[in-house]
Amino acid sequence: MILSVDGVEFAYKSRKILNNIKFEVKKGEVVSILGINGAGKSTLLKCINKILKPKRGTILIDNFDINKLDNYVLAKRVGYVPQRAEGNYMTVFDAVLLGRKPHIKWEVSERDIELTHKVLKLMNLEDYALRYTNELSGGELQKVIIARALVQEPQILLIDEPTNNLDLKNQLEVMRIVRDILKSQNIASIVVMHDLNLALRFSDKFIMLKDGKIFAEGGKEVISPENIEEVYGVRVHVDEYKGIPIVVPI
Amino acid sequence: MDIPQKYKQYTKKKIIFGIILVIILFLSAIYALCVGDYRLTINQVINALIGNGTGNAKLVIWNIRLPRIFAAITAGASLAVAGAVMQCILRNPLASPFTMGISHGAMFGASLAIILLGAGGAESTGRIFVNNPYSITIFAFLGALIGVVVILLLAKLRGLTPEAMILAGVAMSSLFTAGTMLIQYFADDLQLAAMVYWTFGDLGRPLWNEIYIMVAIMIPALLYFIYRRWDYNALEAGEETAKSLGVNTEKIRLIGMLVASLLTSVDVAFLGIIGFIGLICPHIVRIFIGGDYRFLIPISALFGAVLLLISDTIARTIISPIVLPVGILTSFMGAPMFLYLLLRRYKK
Repeated sequence: MILSVDGVEFAYKSRKILNNIKFEVKKGEVVSILGINGAGKSTLLKCINKILKPKRGTILIDNFDINKLDNYVLAKRVGYVPQRAEGNYMTVFDAVLLGRKPHIKWEVSERDIELTHKVLKLMNLEDYALRYTNELSGGELQKVIIARALVQEPQILLIDEPTNNLDLKNQLEVMRIVRDILKSQNIASIVVMHDLNLALRFSDKFIMLKDGKIFAEGGKEVISPENIEEVYGVRVHVDEYKGIPIVVPI
Repeated sequence: MDIPQKYKQYTKKKIIFGIILVIILFLSAIYALCVGDYRLTINQVINALIGNGTGNAKLVIWNIRLPRIFAAITAGASLAVAGAVMQCILRNPLASPFTMGISHGAMFGASLAIILLGAGGAESTGRIFVNNPYSITIFAFLGALIGVVVILLLAKLRGLTPEAMILAGVAMSSLFTAGTMLIQYFADDLQLAAMVYWTFGDLGRPLWNEIYIMVAIMIPALLYFIYRRWDYNALEAGEETAKSLGVNTEKIRLIGMLVASLLTSVDVAFLGIIGFIGLICPHIVRIFIGGDYRFLIPISALFGAVLLLISDTIARTIISPIVLPVGILTSFMGAPMFLYLLLRRYKK
């Protein structure tokens, strides 16, 4: 197991956000975290990344307790794509190159530049390479921060709502590229998703959070009308189109 | 051309910009050595510098103009870099030692040292002197530190907008100004003259000893900032991104603020308040070379040095033989720029 989360509990002051979270992720597996706003999805990602510190429980990455790992060592293993990003006076190339930071000792190497170039190409960002990130559209910026996390060469990639700012074409394109990279490099990934259909298309495993607890966990069978009504409070119909399940609210 | 090559060329352009600044700095230093009340030719200047030349020229160069030029270069570079780093650490484009009230805190500390410890004063001729530069620096640093602690505490509170932070800076500077005025009220005539004069930032004050101290503090501070350049780039990308890249953001912020205020307070202790250099230099440099701290730090330093040196040369010669304190000139230049930055923020 590349990641095992066991008994994790997190609270803001007295309000419990996460309660006894326990799951495991294999190498190369794409896991979607589903749930309503405020269910604790982003908090869970931040705990795995040591951005937040859980009150209880252990998180092991490749059998190492993250609390015992140095920040830089952890950063070499875990990449993180935050929900929001802001542009600034950095070129796209530099913004992506920044993902090499945990690996850079004093100055960037040829390999850092090559890797950055490769990821830019994969993400179709080549034309923007020397543009400032504050001149980009929301979708382009989203691709830049995903590219930054990929260039980090993590073993685990945490992505908070990757398709937030993307149009339909870009949603599908970005998810396909990311999935290809994850699969080809055997990177495990935990993705917070709002779009159930997109999650169904691109994930291997699903974790449904409700009130800070894991409500359901497993393969596609988890996405059932009963579970969705329970977690989201919305009645849906789950159908199938050419082998891909689709969720339609009624 | 492929992307890595284009990127390297783009990087080279930044280096060339830096080299051009070095050349401009060198030329303006030479020019500043020549002009003034006592005009010198280039030959006289070069002769004096290498140790030959007439007595008068030597005296003017070594005792008056050279210290002044070094003061301009050191203070300009220090303030600009302190501003660049503070803008990153506080994630606030309007941050600078001056706008956050840190300069005023240092001023308050320096005044306290002058009055309480008799660390400096004025002769009846009106000349300001420093007889204990160390205690003035330490007091100025402590004064600046009070400002920093307040700003850091406020920055920790979530949801404090950049504008609110600047307002906090305004509050801090009025508080320190009030404190300084209170001290002035109890000062005798000569001390008062020294303190009022101190409030105009002026580069004509320091002698070699003080300049050594300024340089001795600037070099390690600059090296530290350059060493941390990637951390600042990560911070620019956002708090969470920085953390996920392994940056200990709290530590970087705290040390950065302390080093930036130390830089500022030494300058204020020896030169008085020179406003706006720290605010405008990083912004102008960003327009030319972007916000990559690998380049922004050294090039802001160069740009600050050039800007303050040229400003001072203008202040010295514009209504010669009267020498204006350069702080007045930088405020005249800086205030409109500050307004412009503010307006541009709101236009978005």
